[in-house]
Amino acid sequence: MSSSMRRFKDRLAFALGALCAILAMIPLLNILYEVVKKGLSTINLEFLTNIPGVVGQPGGGIGPAIQGTLILIGLTTLIGVPLGLVSGIYLSEFGNNSIGRIIRFLNDVLAEFPSIVVGVVVFTLIVLTFKTFSVIAGALALSIIMLPIVTRTTEESMKLVPNSIRDAATALGVKKWRTTLSVVLSTGRNGVATGILLSIARIARESAPLVFTILGSQYFFSNLNSPMDALPLRIYRLALLPYPYAQAQGWGAALVLILIVLALNVGVRLATRGRLYSMRSRA
Amino acid sequence: MAERRGLQELLHDLSRPSIDGLFKLSSLVIAASVIVILAFSGIVLVQGSLPALAKYGFSFLTGVQWNIAAETFGALPYVLGTAVTSLIAVVVGVPISLGIAIFLAEMAPVSIRVLLSNIIELLAAVPSIIYGLWGFLVFRFWIANYVEAPLVHTFGSLPVLAGSPYGLDFLTAGLILSIMIIPTVASVSREVMMSVPMSQREAAYSIGATKWEVVRTGVLSYSRSGIFGATILGLGRAVGETMAVTLVIGGAVGPAALPTSLFKPGQTMASIIVNELGEADAGSLHLASLLGIGLILFAFAFTINVVAQFLVWRVLKVQGGPVE
Repeated sequence: MSSSMRRFKDRLAFALGALCAILAMIPLLNILYEVVKKGLSTINLEFLTNIPGVVGQPGGGIGPAIQGTLILIGLTTLIGVPLGLVSGIYLSEFGNNSIGRIIRFLNDVLAEFPSIVVGVVVFTLIVLTFKTFSVIAGALALSIIMLPIVTRTTEESMKLVPNSIRDAATALGVKKWRTTLSVVLSTGRNGVATGILLSIARIARESAPLVFTILGSQYFFSNLNSPMDALPLRIYRLALLPYPYAQAQGWGAALVLILIVLALNVGVRLATRGRLYSMRSRA
Repeated sequence: MAERRGLQELLHDLSRPSIDGLFKLSSLVIAASVIVILAFSGIVLVQGSLPALAKYGFSFLTGVQWNIAAETFGALPYVLGTAVTSLIAVVVGVPISLGIAIFLAEMAPVSIRVLLSNIIELLAAVPSIIYGLWGFLVFRFWIANYVEAPLVHTFGSLPVLAGSPYGLDFLTAGLILSIMIIPTVASVSREVMMSVPMSQREAAYSIGATKWEVVRTGVLSYSRSGIFGATILGLGRAVGETMAVTLVIGGAVGPAALPTSLFKPGQTMASIIVNELGEADAGSLHLASLLGIGLILFAFAFTINVVAQFLVWRVLKVQGGPVE
């Protein structure tokens, strides 16, 4: 093959690679453009704090949805983070054996599991048993989605802590559990915190498992045992309404949701600055 | 040997209780919750779908009817719907993802790499429901006006293009999935390519290869199984993706949802669950059939992800234990 042909192929490969990158950016840029353009004009204090209006009539807001998303984040973090932390600690500190390998493998499988299946299982277990859609069911479903992410990131960040630090603690006569919690975990705390933020960003954008666990509601939170609204759910309901005002509100709610999720992601990016790439890209 | 070591350690800890042993054991119990969750999910779905499976047997998988009043349910159209949309996603999305991965790992100037990989990450951070909203209100008109209308105009007589090109159909659903799997496939393939030893590239460079030849002979052939794993991982995402698909696929049921044409409204396993599960009566065959579809989806997702994790794992050689 002539060398000019080979050089041409090389250039072609470069151009095709660049083209692929540009192709992938078009949807992202267009989504951001549409969400900001159509969402911004909808957003005002009333929209952010009011309950939804009567269907078919302009007016009303997404107050309950914002409140619901924040409550879900809080409850899910309360359940998912401690479990994930302890699981990550096990895998990092004691997981170098067959049991550890099985758990690590299944944890990765669960991390990629379709969220709708998790929702269906929680629906069958909780909603059907207690005969009511509930906040608890939603938080439980989201916790199952959060758990493997926290586990993996905790394990990865604790493994980055050098063994010499563990050995130093052991040499001072510190017990293993003490070493793990107050030396290893605290040394790796930046990575652990990053993982938690990432997992929150992930569950804040989940919508499928919420449709039949918290169901959605017109009103503000009343108690853990009844339906509640959340931003992704509200966007879904608004998108399906055939009114221009509802679609505008949908874009407004989308802007709020995307701001929450992006704030978490950008926060993570600033905190890690290029490190922990694999952690970020796969959460 | 490795199997024995895990069990022996466990027995050792149980026979000599201490604070450290207790710490290890209790963390193991919590870590094992992953196993419990997966196993329990399978059991719950089998149990819940038992009435439907008992009544229809194997024909639940091959039936096409979906009639709530007459209580006849078959899952075939939705299984095929998931298959068709995921296939479109993989066929369109994977080549683009590989192009991005090669560009990012091997070719792009270093200054662009960081920016570009950040943008790809942002693509992954966009909530699925926002893809759905955008797909429903913007993207489907692109497809209807610029892809489907011209195709129908020229090749309208082909049966796979029959139907009304309104953009709420299998094609739009598959294409939006292809966008959504790009970040997963691209970032995992990139990781796999970057794990290829430098010596592979140096060997190719030393005999005067161009950059593309280095990628083709040194990098791609070396990372084949990892890239395959990344593709399967993308397939897994496409199979389980719900809200974006639900909003753009049109929501047909029964025989009408069979994917006979790309330009027809249809339904996937995930979308019919979202559309109907909340309204199914407790104890009804309708509910059991929806859970049956959930069970099929569970089996699909589990198989796909186990295969993908195995392939990706083997390549990236994730090892247990602290880094020395």
